[in-house]
Amino acid sequence: MTFAFDLILCLMILGTAAIALFVRDALAAIAFFIAFGNLMGLAWLGLDAVNVALAEIAIGAGVTGVLLILARARLLALGDAATSTGSPLLLRLGALAACAGFVVLLAAAVLSIPPESGLDRVVAPLMPGLGIENRVTGVLLAFRAYDTLLESFVLLGALVAVWSLAPAGAWPGRPADPGMADAPMRRVAGTFGQLLLPVALVMAAYLVWAGSDLPGGAFQAGTVLAGGLLVAGMGGTIGLPSSDQPLLRAALVLGPVVFLAIGLAGVAAGGLLVYPAGLAKALIVTIEYTLFLSIGVTLALLVAGPPMPGASDPDPEGKG
Amino acid sequence: MSPLDLLMAAPLGFMAAALMLGPSGRWLILLAAPLMAGLALWLALLPPDAAYLVGQWDLPLGILLRADGVARLMILATALVIGAVGLHALAEPPEKPGHAAQAETFWPLVYLMWAGANAGFLTTDLFNLYVTLEMVSLAAVALAAMGSLAAALRYFMIALLGSLAYLLGVALTVARYDTVDVILLAQVAEADLATLLALGLMTAGLLIKAALFPMHGWLPPAHAAAPAPASALLSAIAVKLGFVILVRLWFEAFAAVTGPAALHVLGGLGAAAVIYGSIQAMRQDRLKPLVAYSTVAQVGYLFLAFPLVAGTVEPSGAWAGMTLHGVAHMLAKAAMFLAAGLMLKAVAGDRIADLGGLAQAMPLTVTAFGLAVVSLMGLPPSGGFTAKFLLLSAAIEQGAFLYAGVLVIGGLLAAVYLFRALSACFAPLAGAGPDTASRGPVTGGVQAVAPLALAGLAIVMGFAGTALVDVSAIEAPWATPTVIQPEAAP
Repeated sequence: MTFAFDLILCLMILGTAAIALFVRDALAAIAFFIAFGNLMGLAWLGLDAVNVALAEIAIGAGVTGVLLILARARLLALGDAATSTGSPLLLRLGALAACAGFVVLLAAAVLSIPPESGLDRVVAPLMPGLGIENRVTGVLLAFRAYDTLLESFVLLGALVAVWSLAPAGAWPGRPADPGMADAPMRRVAGTFGQLLLPVALVMAAYLVWAGSDLPGGAFQAGTVLAGGLLVAGMGGTIGLPSSDQPLLRAALVLGPVVFLAIGLAGVAAGGLLVYPAGLAKALIVTIEYTLFLSIGVTLALLVAGPPMPGASDPDPEGKG
Repeated sequence: MSPLDLLMAAPLGFMAAALMLGPSGRWLILLAAPLMAGLALWLALLPPDAAYLVGQWDLPLGILLRADGVARLMILATALVIGAVGLHALAEPPEKPGHAAQAETFWPLVYLMWAGANAGFLTTDLFNLYVTLEMVSLAAVALAAMGSLAAALRYFMIALLGSLAYLLGVALTVARYDTVDVILLAQVAEADLATLLALGLMTAGLLIKAALFPMHGWLPPAHAAAPAPASALLSAIAVKLGFVILVRLWFEAFAAVTGPAALHVLGGLGAAAVIYGSIQAMRQDRLKPLVAYSTVAQVGYLFLAFPLVAGTVEPSGAWAGMTLHGVAHMLAKAAMFLAAGLMLKAVAGDRIADLGGLAQAMPLTVTAFGLAVVSLMGLPPSGGFTAKFLLLSAAIEQGAFLYAGVLVIGGLLAAVYLFRALSACFAPLAGAGPDTASRGPVTGGVQAVAPLALAGLAIVMGFAGTALVDVSAIEAPWATPTVIQPEAAP
């Protein structure tokens, strides 16, 4: 990347961030926030952090953007104008001064640290033993697999937390229909969803497989799957499942439970999350495929929200 | 197999099983409570140097699990508290009437908190601690939301801020030292800008999670509004993980960086929390906010102990006082919230003035409340007394008379606000209104035994003082000095 490109990118990141912060209308703020997320993804690409770029664009811009749009629609439905009210000038100036002071302090601290990472030197010689090339996957699924195992249960817990907010009488049930109210739009989304869902599945399956050696992996693939499921849900191609469907519950816990079981089976080989020699790649890929499925379904249901009373299924076929 | 991994894996397994079983998942607690208590006991009896590397990946890359004294005591108390609270919740459903979603999701959330707390107490890795902090915070926010959505949302926002500050500190630490393991950090940490900023950010974030004054604002509304079993878990477990991580940071990883001035800031905030929380508790008319403000005050003692631990070359007494205070508060406060929930349900009100006549109507529950009062005030014999006695001795020995004064005054103030609630139970029933019929005897059942057992344990702790002091010293940072003293006194 050239200096000019970096400079323009930085200016655009700052510009979109400023507009997202200062614009009054929520929809405009959301649009600029999504643009900001995508530009951040580009910046991560420029820094050779492809995995972070994928996550930033998929989750930071994509899923968060959808959530913000849904939240705005909810606010409008509740009678809120979804515009920001001005805060006192003194408060704004105070906040600005505090943030600026903190940024200066943080920058001074960061710049005082030598840029090269010693951990990279530690990771590199350990990779051949795993049989995979992608260091990020090596960190997430081997060296720091314990963190990832716990995180997979955090994501599951987040869905349980959202479910716990279901209003009285709505449990067990379906989330509110995310489908578009406008019939022609719904048909467009429906057609698009029919096309997108299989494409998303193939792409996600590839991302998991590629994740062993190239940037990718269960989290990015799960986000792609969730995106496909959501678009298909908005167009009515698939109906959102009821929260008590056994098959749905199984899909949600499958990844975390397989991860936990493989981790405990490692005790036979010497300890928690020890992969027996030669089996590391097979076990990592098994964990990643099951985890990707669970993450995809969990993310889609997180966006869809808690079960709502009277949320009927436009398509009685449902999905598992 | 080792309890070091099973204590994390078993609750996660129960969480998944509860989700698969749906509404009947609640019965799993009958299996989980004894199993987890057994595992915690096994952990307590392990050899002192019990530890292992997850996945056999060496430090600085890997994650070390270690059973030090703090972890042993906290995990045992956690197993007793969540086990008892779970059995109580089985008999006394925690959900709002008609909220079937709360009835079902309560259980997976409890198991998530259990796994997170145990994993957090055992790990020495600052990033791994972040993940466990998220497990506990997420479950805590969702449990708080079962009472008041507004209070839970406020808790969520402030907890997120705390998480981000902590995570930023961890990121700075890994960039500066290429490790986030507290044992390795203890050998290399220096007082430079990046380190001080990292420690400051992590400390600020954790003080929010631990609800130390003046970062306590989210606690009273969230803890007071939640259903009783949820309040018990929030006050007993959720705030303790933040405290334990701060112990890891200040006495282990960055012990060489922290100076007396910074320690006295924490100690001073702790002292202020004791006074402020007690005065606020005295001003409450309703029972659960009183108990919640008591948590604000009791958290203060944990941090008041920081300068006392650091202020001496032989800190075993202050260290044990700090740790045992945490344990005693877990047991007594969980008992108090469960008892308060039963009492308020019986009188169908929420004011202290409504409690009249309960001493006759539900003697077991009022006894549990009374025993919890004894331990929280620090009256002998109780775990609370042992802890406060150890802290007071340390304060007097070090000439820290300000802290000693706060310890004494805090106990007196606790007596004032807690006895007000207790004596209300002995007041005669005001009038013979139409609600007299509903005040029938509610004496038996698991729901009444659970708080009594927890409060009883808080008392019994007082008789096991020496043994518990010894356990708290296992692998304590000051007990395993890296530099051998040149000359030991004969």
